[in-house]
Amino acid sequence: MTASSQTKASTARFGVVVFPGSNCDADSHDAVNSFTGAEARYLWHKDTELAGLDCVILPGGFSYGDYLRCGAIARFSPIMKAVRRFAEDGGLVIGICNGFQILLEAGMLPGAMHRNAGLKFVCKLVNLRVENAATPFTRAYAPGQRISIPIAHMEGNYFIDAEGLAEMEQHDQIVVRYCDEAGEVTMEANPNGSLGNIAGVCNRDGNVFGLMPHPERVCDPVVGGADGRGVFESIMDFLVNKR
Amino acid sequence: MKAKVYITPKQGILDPQGVAIERSLPALGFEGVANVRVGKYIELELPAGDGAADEVDKMCHKLLANPIIEDFRFELETE
Repeated sequence: MTASSQTKASTARFGVVVFPGSNCDADSHDAVNSFTGAEARYLWHKDTELAGLDCVILPGGFSYGDYLRCGAIARFSPIMKAVRRFAEDGGLVIGICNGFQILLEAGMLPGAMHRNAGLKFVCKLVNLRVENAATPFTRAYAPGQRISIPIAHMEGNYFIDAEGLAEMEQHDQIVVRYCDEAGEVTMEANPNGSLGNIAGVCNRDGNVFGLMPHPERVCDPVVGGADGRGVFESIMDFLVNKR
Repeated sequence: MKAKVYITPKQGILDPQGVAIERSLPALGFEGVANVRVGKYIELELPAGDGAADEVDKMCHKLLANPIIEDFRFELETE
């Protein structure tokens, strides 16, 4: 093959939204850029244009100081209209921790968060069971695989009414649940009182995903683990192999 | 015109703060206390008019409360 006949490797373009109070934006940005063929750039919450992007990340943090309710103010940021349109057009959107809370408040994912049952901010490594390994965000994992990813939140106690829960189960929208070392979903393994040990959910189309744990924090063994890489690997695989 | 908005956790939803307070009251000698629910109280001023109640209702639905987990009610006062 001659050099001239080679096509330039396609690049997967990620946008990381920076809200006032985001604090996991740099970790998400760096996690993405550690993948060959991936390129992350920051988006300001006042931006209204997402052209050319393949995936939008709403990072963790304390947007707008968590005033009123976590994510309640951020959902009205100018960029959120564009994020909603982007998702409606099939773009990939992932919300991590506060980003998940924002997606819930925006109604882009079902359910709501309230305060941890133990009333404490919980910051620790937890085990998750991958319940749905067919999403664009989890396809690099095996179904039922146990992965270890840290959480760091005060409001991660997921709630949805019985009707909504049944609907989510019917459409495989519960993507990850808190579990124990053996991969069993137990009460003891639930760090925050979350309904059904739910740690992450997707929308019905599967292109919007929110989770409380922080995969971007465990993408390199040097920081204590690499189980989070699978999330970004999944997105890359989905984008490169075009669904 | 002033609006006083009361936001409370929906009935049937566990309120961890309420539970913690309920458990601590007997330790202070207050026996028989049940169903402690912790909510929010918001005051705001808005232009007076016939549409004020509708306006506050919309504010509650869109921002002040999250109807998935919270109930709300409000009072309007003319100063």
